[in-house]
Amino acid sequence: MSKCLERIYNGLVKENPTFVLMLGMCPTLAVTTSAVNGIGMGLSTTAVLIMSNMLISMLRKIIPDSVRMPAFIVVVASFVTIVDFLLEGFVPSLYDSLGLYIPLIVVNCIILGRAESYASKNPVLPSIFDGIGMGLGFTVGLTCIGIVRELIGAGQIFGMQVMPEFYEPLTIFILAPGAFFVLACLVALQNKVKNNYAKKEREVPQTAGCGEGCAACASRGICGGHMISDISVSFEVDQPEDTASNNGGTENKKEQEGV
Amino acid sequence: MQELLLIAVGSAFVNNVVLSQFLGICPFLGVSKNVKTAAGMGGAVVFVITIASFVTGLIYKFILGNPNIMGGELQYLNTIVFILVIAALVQFVEMFLKKAMPALYNALGVYLPLITTNCAVLGVALTNVQEGYDILTGVVNGFATAAGFLVSIVLMAGIREKTEHNDVPESFRGTPIVLVTAGLMAIAFFGFSGLI
Repeated sequence: MSKCLERIYNGLVKENPTFVLMLGMCPTLAVTTSAVNGIGMGLSTTAVLIMSNMLISMLRKIIPDSVRMPAFIVVVASFVTIVDFLLEGFVPSLYDSLGLYIPLIVVNCIILGRAESYASKNPVLPSIFDGIGMGLGFTVGLTCIGIVRELIGAGQIFGMQVMPEFYEPLTIFILAPGAFFVLACLVALQNKVKNNYAKKEREVPQTAGCGEGCAACASRGICGGHMISDISVSFEVDQPEDTASNNGGTENKKEQEGV
Repeated sequence: MQELLLIAVGSAFVNNVVLSQFLGICPFLGVSKNVKTAAGMGGAVVFVITIASFVTGLIYKFILGNPNIMGGELQYLNTIVFILVIAALVQFVEMFLKKAMPALYNALGVYLPLITTNCAVLGVALTNVQEGYDILTGVVNGFATAAGFLVSIVLMAGIREKTEHNDVPESFRGTPIVLVTAGLMAIAFFGFSGLI
């Protein structure tokens, strides 16, 4: 049981997908125009994550290693389709405001990342709790950003007026540029915390995500472990990646670990 | 013709895929360190999205949305089929380019596998279906969307090259300042909304 609780703590705090791992940036920026949208997107993703983690963990001994990525994608896409129809049927208002981003949960790196790095290697119960923890961490992250943007951009939280009458809402914060600014400030805040940790010579928490390099990125298996920011290097050296990338993720991963 | 032009300008600039729809943020932040690689990534995205919108358009018209097959009720498979088709397509394009056009392959090669996880590709395929575009309109929309991606990633890389040695506050170094730049670019792109 303690292992299950540890997974939830891990997802919520230690490896929070939004603030620490910086995964799934597209929905993070796109749907957080209000706190309600943030919660809706977070919970939809959580549902998909729990179900896909469970099924992939059940099937982990059946799925051959060489075709695991397509298999994972099919599993995830099926659950996304189910969630898509459930939302359309039961919460049409949320469905309308999230729109295209619900089917795009399929390409959210968090889900495939957890499938690859946790569910495909661990028993069913811890995988389910890993899904719950990661999903809740993502929900908390989206809701926080949603609250900040809604508060500054509309003077409201969850649709309730909280700012005093004379406050003029800065509409730009619920438009596209505001998303970039809020996220920039959050990452800067996180950098500040990390710098303080480094000054006090304590253990620095690892961050990852495509902006920061793939070292700890969970979706390394999908993008083949090419560190995106290092592409210019491998581009000039012309490594034997050309042959490896045709053989799927496994080859690359071994190569990467060898390096 | 005029309608196609409007769709093209609309998806390239007014609803820019990165700066107003937030699709493809990962490569936009990750591969924009210098103009040359950014242009390579952008070129690969244009290539793949254009082909992908053609192929998914064909599949939708003749299989998934075809009223003669299962009474046109296969549309619930859209997401699953499209993502698999895109993943397979990227592999095929890579193999084909390697054999047939080695020069182009050398220019785009390393970026191709990364594109499967670029949500802009799936996003365009799904938008085409949702908006009810026919195949030609879908391809134009896909090409224009990808051109918008190319423009914004190259601009971003140009700005980053210029500001690389600027004195940025310590906490804002790295990702945060890139995000702020992207926010300012998004404001600038609002200027296009008067076009249509």
